[in-house]
Amino acid sequence: MLKRIIDMKPNEAGTVTRIDGGYGLIRRLETMGVRPGVVIVKRTSQPLRGPVTIQVHGTELALGFGIACRIHVEVGE
Amino acid sequence: MKRILLMGNPNVGKSVVFSRLTGARVIASNYPGTTVGFTKGTFTLNGDCLEVVDVPGVYSLEPTSKAEEVATEMLTEGDLVINVLDATNLERNLYLTLQLLQSGKPVIAVLNMFDETKHKGIEIDVGRLESLLGVPVVPTCALSGEGVKALLLRMREARSNTLQSDDGTRWCHIGEIVQQVQRITHRHHTLLEKLADFSLHPWSGIPFSVFVAFACFAVIRLVGEGMIGYVLDPLFEHCWGPLVMKLSHLLGQGTFLHDLLIGGLAEGKIDFKQSMGLLTTGLYVPFAMVLPYILAFYLVLSILEDTGYLPRLGVLMDTFMHRLGLHGLTIIPMLLGLGCKVPGALSTRVFEAKRQRFISAILMAICVPCMAQTAMVIGLLGRFGAAGLVPVFGTLAVLWIILASMFKVLIPGEAPEIFLEIPPYRIPSVRAVAQKLWLRTRQFIVEAVPYVLLGVLIVNLLYSLRVIQTFGHLASPVLTNILGLPDEAIGALLVGFLRKDVAVGMLAPMGLSMKQLVVASVVLVTYFPCIATFVVLLREFGFRHMLKAAALMVLVALTAGGFLNVVM
Repeated sequence: MLKRIIDMKPNEAGTVTRIDGGYGLIRRLETMGVRPGVVIVKRTSQPLRGPVTIQVHGTELALGFGIACRIHVEVGE
Repeated sequence: MKRILLMGNPNVGKSVVFSRLTGARVIASNYPGTTVGFTKGTFTLNGDCLEVVDVPGVYSLEPTSKAEEVATEMLTEGDLVINVLDATNLERNLYLTLQLLQSGKPVIAVLNMFDETKHKGIEIDVGRLESLLGVPVVPTCALSGEGVKALLLRMREARSNTLQSDDGTRWCHIGEIVQQVQRITHRHHTLLEKLADFSLHPWSGIPFSVFVAFACFAVIRLVGEGMIGYVLDPLFEHCWGPLVMKLSHLLGQGTFLHDLLIGGLAEGKIDFKQSMGLLTTGLYVPFAMVLPYILAFYLVLSILEDTGYLPRLGVLMDTFMHRLGLHGLTIIPMLLGLGCKVPGALSTRVFEAKRQRFISAILMAICVPCMAQTAMVIGLLGRFGAAGLVPVFGTLAVLWIILASMFKVLIPGEAPEIFLEIPPYRIPSVRAVAQKLWLRTRQFIVEAVPYVLLGVLIVNLLYSLRVIQTFGHLASPVLTNILGLPDEAIGALLVGFLRKDVAVGMLAPMGLSMKQLVVASVVLVTYFPCIATFVVLLREFGFRHMLKAAALMVLVALTAGGFLNVVM
């Protein structure tokens, strides 16, 4: 099932399929290891459109709500 | 002289390696962006003098950010690159490594934090990695010093190897390398990892942050008050006091030298808080009133920094900060500013957007009291308890929120989104914390104490030249009508440009009421940062911006002070 990172449940894993954003955002995410094809795990999210944290390989990343909206993942049932 | 560059991702321990190589002590913490400017040092290897540069951490060499631009530019001027990698995070770290190799510079790779791989169930075949990369790879644990000798021994083996990898294929290439050299075995979550989730889940994380804040506050009070009550006060009272008394008899009261060195006596006795002599108040203020709190504060801050809690606090605060047009990491300059505003102002460099840097620096400069000032305010108002302290710090907190909301409207621009790597929790090393504590305390003693003495000297000169009386007369309408303070308070405001602790100390002999002390304390925090901070801000933001900021400061101080004067 396709969804955005913000719609994932805590500890749910998914494969990044698409990032909606300009060159800058895509490059910045890429250098931190977030790019299409990579498996990420959602860790936590803050209420009131706050930031989310995800796990990519060995790293934990905090992403603002707006960025997390633009990253789409494929989640297995 | 050959120039060696220390390069790597943020928070991989470049500064620790730098300290190990040069013996120079630099601040290293467990969050990305601790090193904002670059630090240079030298060391000798086999008789050659080498220059080492601690380059701020970057994830890649594509100039998408200021830090990356700087790093890319510095790379062209280096003769050799020590590429520091986080061994627990090989895949992401190798991206920069491949880019560095492509630059054609001789490279030696350092797998730092190698000890942590074992706990994480990661196995790395160092020999295989070395042959795949074609450059020496040295596993280290820089914090304990393991492997640093091997790094020095193998430095000469550093060589260039133009591994061909363009932007499109680089990740595939990295994937192949990682597959060959790294094996991850599954293992259970450690206690620290459980704590990591606990402190970020909103329902547990927010109460936990409140608990941490109170615990920090309690420790700072306990250590600060304990040192003053049991060590420093008795020392000044019983050891230093009698000595100075002897000198006082020798000099004779009323002589110029007596006034300058010892100051006024109260009923034939020295009052360390009020005498205003260089040897009395001039030493008592920095050593017995401020230093204990500086030590206590930096002890707590250093532990917080090294555990890795601060970026998590930034994430928790982000929801709130975002509504004020800032992002969660703004908490870091504020916390550093609580110690001293100079490092606080410098730490704003970690932000990308100039708007964000300027707003957080100005908020810190106006609303955050530095520890020297806080200690003195506690010294003066502490006897009234919460009734005296809450109005001061509460007003500053409210001002912070009001000003942030104003900036959001007045300074156009996007509220930046938080985007950062959260380091794992680490148990702070006692040695590293002690070293950092010593570094910061020494900085206070070397850099602040002379200014405190200069401040006391100036106070004496101002009084004997009748400057305070004259200025006080001129400023009287503002001081008395708006702020409800006596004319003499102008002295404190004048000295406050130089040192805040001396300025607050000058209020002691004026016999002010609690309300007047509260007003004066708030005005002294807000009307202008000390000159050292102002110079740093001037360098960062330029004359025109700071002129506006200075006008805002005076306006805020008068409004807040006037408001308190009316309502209290």
